[in-house]
Amino acid sequence: MLIKSKPDILPSEITPESVYMSRRKFIVEGAGLALGVAAGGLSTQAFAADGDGLRARAPADVVRSAPAPWWVSKFASIAPAAEGGPFSTEETLTPYSDVVSYNNFYEFGVEKGDPIANSGRFEADPWSVTIEGEVDKPGIYNLEDILKPHALEERIYRLRCVERWSMVVPWIGFPLADLIKQFQPNSKAKYVQFFTLFDPSQMPGQRSRFTTISWPYREGLRIDEAVHPLSLIAVGLYGNYLPPQNGAPLRLVVPWKYGFKSIKSIVKIRFTESEPETSWNMLAPEEYGFYANVNPEVHHPRWRQDMETRLPQSLFGSTRMKTEIFNGYGEQVASLYSGMDLARFY
Amino acid sequence: MAPTLRLRLTLVVHPVCVAPLLALLLAIYQNDLGPDPANELAVRTGEWALRFLILSLCVTPIRKIFDLHPVAPLRRTFGLYSFFYAALHVCVYVIFLLQFRWAEVFEDVSERPYITVGFVSFCILLVLALTSPKSVVKRLGRRWVDVHASVYAAALLALLHLFWIVRASIAESAFYAIILLPVLGYRIWLRFFKLGQR
Repeated sequence: MLIKSKPDILPSEITPESVYMSRRKFIVEGAGLALGVAAGGLSTQAFAADGDGLRARAPADVVRSAPAPWWVSKFASIAPAAEGGPFSTEETLTPYSDVVSYNNFYEFGVEKGDPIANSGRFEADPWSVTIEGEVDKPGIYNLEDILKPHALEERIYRLRCVERWSMVVPWIGFPLADLIKQFQPNSKAKYVQFFTLFDPSQMPGQRSRFTTISWPYREGLRIDEAVHPLSLIAVGLYGNYLPPQNGAPLRLVVPWKYGFKSIKSIVKIRFTESEPETSWNMLAPEEYGFYANVNPEVHHPRWRQDMETRLPQSLFGSTRMKTEIFNGYGEQVASLYSGMDLARFY
Repeated sequence: MAPTLRLRLTLVVHPVCVAPLLALLLAIYQNDLGPDPANELAVRTGEWALRFLILSLCVTPIRKIFDLHPVAPLRRTFGLYSFFYAALHVCVYVIFLLQFRWAEVFEDVSERPYITVGFVSFCILLVLALTSPKSVVKRLGRRWVDVHASVYAAALLALLHLFWIVRASIAESAFYAIILLPVLGYRIWLRFFKLGQR
């Protein structure tokens, strides 16, 4: 039997490339002009002006320009991370240069340096996100419209990779809970699934014949995990726009789970009644479950999980430290899992 | 002619084999190994060990197919360099990654399959290196051939070691497998269908 489903996007809705390119040219030139007028040519003035209390800022010589002009006003005011609570930490930040050059983003290649090297053709604008499933307001939304209601804030989180290394990253974003409320999930929405962009023309890792990942990359959270105040949608880091290699233009950050749960470059969010598929669980179920909470007690067949190496590390000095349950966020999130056998639901 | 060609080969081959080591030392000196240098060193030394191992296995087929007998000693040269880089790989792992915490080394070898196979592969290379001096070769006689046939097991285990650590892509392991499998096939063919021609 042939099952035909309606395509998500009608051909008539797709902007012809020539129109799109000329629009881009206008936007880019317009942005340059606007910046030139407003800030005397200094793009550093375009976002997060000095003295607003942000703890971390990208070095002035490496700041990124806005993907589109509307980003400039979006980044004009960012609330600094609240000190003393779980939204910040006194730990030493991993330097900007390491945060943007040491990445696992297999869409751009499997080596840590591949994402920064191979993301030159990545376009974060225009961007839209499809909202579907058990939700009252499904649709395809422009990123600008999605971000409009949300004020940005800084969050300084530990990031623990399952490969036994960790970083401390100053993100810019807003609570995932606020994004979810915007689309009004219905009572059947027990889980949220996220999808990364699939576009082999921009993402060379997806062109590889040898990849073992079935694209698009997908991740998921239980709805109560998703609306937890720690769950963040990040659109920037170090006071600046997200670079492609870190998941531009918007990504998830779930600090109590292993890094691969924090899916990058999100194009689709689906609300489901049953537990959704997640990429690493599909690829290696004996290594990765749905939850992937940081847990020093749960054995992993490839890397030790009771200790971690805080990056950067020099060859002759160790930055090894004990890995904490829930990556040190247990006080905030342990209650989500009360009564669950975390060794079974790993 | 043969000795001079052999000499020329030696003069070219050793610098080529030492070059990766110099590149690594330079990278250490220039602090150019990224935020996790110990891991990066482990990766690079491991890659060179596997590359030289596969090169070593290619020597005999090339010698026979192209009738290029002066290349024969390269099998031993590449094999020993493979062991050299494998030993560096193990040292980097024990010294820089685990800082001599032997309990953790033991746990890794016994509980993490990719490390288990890597360890077995290294043990084979160690035996092969110890039995490669000419005096030992003479003493072992025919048995030397049998002992050194285990080099194929070492190569396959090293390949499995790589395959297991890079789960998201088989590109790198497929590249080495594409070279290794015909070489292995050729040796099996020689052994079973052209006995006495080894």
